Amino acid sequence: MNTVWFLLVALMLIAYAVLDGFDLGAGALYPFAQTDEERTMIFRAIGPVWDGNEVWLIAAGGTLFFAFPLLYAASFSGFYLPLNIVLWLLIFRAIGIEFRSHVRAQIWRDFYGMIFFVASALLIVFFGAALGNVIRGVRLGPDHYFFAPLWTDFRPGPSPGILDWYTVLCGLVALAILSMHGALFIAMKTEGELQARMQRVGGRMLPAVVALSIASLAATLSVRPDLLHNYGAFPAGWLVPAATIGSLAGVAHFWHRRNDRAAFLASSAFIVFMLCGAAFALYPTLLPTTTAESNSLTIYNAAAGPRSLVIGLFWWVPGMLLATGYFVLVYRLFSGKVSTAASDHGHY
Amino acid sequence: MQDALFIHRLHFGFTITYHYIFPQLTMGLAPLIVILNTLALRGDAVYDDAARFWTCVFGLNFVAGVVTGIPMEFQFGTNWAQFSRLTGGIIGQPLAMEGVFSFFLESAFLGLLLFGERRLSRWGQWAASFMVFLGSWLSGFFIITADAWMQHPVAYRRLADGSFEVTGFSGILTNPWALLQYMHTMSGAGITGAFVMAGAGAYYLLSGRAPIHGRRFVQVGVIAGIVFSAAQIFPTGDMHGKYMARVQPVTMAAMEALFHSGPGAPLVLLGQPDVEHERIDNPIVANKVLSFLIYGTARAEVRGLDSFPRETWPTNIPLLYFSYHVMAGLGTLFVAIMALAASLLWSGRLFQTRWMLWMLMCAIPFPYIANSAGWLTAELGRQPWLVYGLLPTSAGSSANVSAGNALFSLLGFMGVYALLSILLLYLVQDIVGRGPERSPAA
Repeated sequence: MNTVWFLLVALMLIAYAVLDGFDLGAGALYPFAQTDEERTMIFRAIGPVWDGNEVWLIAAGGTLFFAFPLLYAASFSGFYLPLNIVLWLLIFRAIGIEFRSHVRAQIWRDFYGMIFFVASALLIVFFGAALGNVIRGVRLGPDHYFFAPLWTDFRPGPSPGILDWYTVLCGLVALAILSMHGALFIAMKTEGELQARMQRVGGRMLPAVVALSIASLAATLSVRPDLLHNYGAFPAGWLVPAATIGSLAGVAHFWHRRNDRAAFLASSAFIVFMLCGAAFALYPTLLPTTTAESNSLTIYNAAAGPRSLVIGLFWWVPGMLLATGYFVLVYRLFSGKVSTAASDHGHY
Repeated sequence: MQDALFIHRLHFGFTITYHYIFPQLTMGLAPLIVILNTLALRGDAVYDDAARFWTCVFGLNFVAGVVTGIPMEFQFGTNWAQFSRLTGGIIGQPLAMEGVFSFFLESAFLGLLLFGERRLSRWGQWAASFMVFLGSWLSGFFIITADAWMQHPVAYRRLADGSFEVTGFSGILTNPWALLQYMHTMSGAGITGAFVMAGAGAYYLLSGRAPIHGRRFVQVGVIAGIVFSAAQIFPTGDMHGKYMARVQPVTMAAMEALFHSGPGAPLVLLGQPDVEHERIDNPIVANKVLSFLIYGTARAEVRGLDSFPRETWPTNIPLLYFSYHVMAGLGTLFVAIMALAASLLWSGRLFQTRWMLWMLMCAIPFPYIANSAGWLTAELGRQPWLVYGLLPTSAGSSANVSAGNALFSLLGFMGVYALLSILLLYLVQDIVGRGPERSPAA
């Protein structure tokens, strides 16, 4: 049952990364839109879906809370500082999106657009660094609690901070991947000049994604050599990295053919497989430690009581089926290119 | 440590009070938007405009509610780690269910309503607004079940490590406290929605800016307002109070600042509690009314604070007393305002009675105050416990987060929310200024 909930929480977080990933990425690419009209197109492309995408974070947080209370308690209090900064950035980003459409003076539209851009880009870096922290591990005490400062000596040693060279590298990898992901999404949703430019941006991001992914992989293995353990024990796991490489090749292939939709789907698959690879390597650990091995949080010592876990399945499965249904409905209704005509897009 | 605990409490209190500004309006407006969309089914374009206008207001409040709500969920982990570890298996379930069952529903169909108007038929639009209503009222339910379990824990057992485990989930969802509190909270939200709609309509009538739409707003707002204001006192407030007097008698005594037990307990209408000397300064009381309200007979014995050991008293009795009296006083006032407005509406004179319209317009902030005061009453009344009678508040906060770090984020939230307030006020002014008519350029 503990493994089931590990998979379900991972599934929700991956869904969040893919879905909110493209609208965060679109935010990071905001400066590439050159006219006010092009910028408006970006907002129209993500307008109907971005807050729904953000709900995956809330739902994943709630699921984590009830399935692994000790992990929730220890990691949220230990990552106190970066989490609060992430919360403020989420607020600023929403301010940027909502307010830009309501003001008419150009300078204020640019101002809120800038807030949207900065908050989106920083959020991506923080989320990437967060994943880096979870892979690298933190200084967990015997009671499984810790408190991570924002930085110490920028080295992933026994008492690392939130930011060190490894986690910053992870943040940059996330920025490159989600920028590519966002560019492909905007290219898929728009036409003309903006579409062509986003295709070019997506293409330029590709080599960066490849280089940074290789670098981060090498760095990960030097920081946490034991992460290969699961791959050694279950060689079938190597299919996941193979699929990751395959889907990235798919991105390149479809990008060359100017098939935006397929390229975007391939990039979604790339993110899914990459995170699956990380989850597979971590399992059954949830948060590794840089201290004594027994301090690590695992799916066994962090889980809620067995009865709570069983009861949870009874509502989680139908609930998520319904939620998936809503998403299919919304994405189908808003499929296709966004138009430049004013009246079809609410207040955007 | 005491210091850190105080900051953690202030942190939660401040952010939750600010957050609740938004959901009370969305939960209150949601059923009214369904009503407007229902009226629009007959093909009246004014109701179409009205529904669109209020959906836009709803959308803005929904986004503000989401971005100030994520910090609430996260704060259980960041500032109340011990509480989260011990109760996560129970409290986490309704919180996760809120995300899974309500927020996906609400955000998906709100997106459809705001952006997909052209893609939906009239009935499609009605259905989408109904789904948004369902989502917002479900989310209220899940949050209330979480809070109700803390107020009145049911269907649990304790594991060896001290943590709580659920024994029957239906027990948690059908907690009598939850059902009573849910009805009371939702009708409170309905009051906010109704007063805001009626008040905005009054503004459009008084300013002559959009009189045709203004009339419909006032009409729907006043009718909903009288229903919700009445329901807030009877039956929901009455039942909730009686139940509370049974399961949290010390809280009831502190709310009423009833220091001494005895038959024929009075209801204090005005006066400041002096906890040190166990008395009320310059009191105005209604004799025997408290006994009557709780037990239905004027002679009944009501237990005062002196019947309970001091360490079980709520920790901030004056604030609890004031919150409760502000809530109850305003609740009574709302019935009076809405009854007056409804009688003028009935006799067809409301739209010409400018003083009444002024009163409706100026009344907009007060339901917000009453709802916040109500929540303060509930949560201060729960002290000194996080989980009533089982887990003291002092045992729940994050021991690994120092007072300085907690203050850092508290100040950060104060700054961010101050900025957010300024910007939102500007936006509200902009939306109100654009008006409810469909403008061809928009």
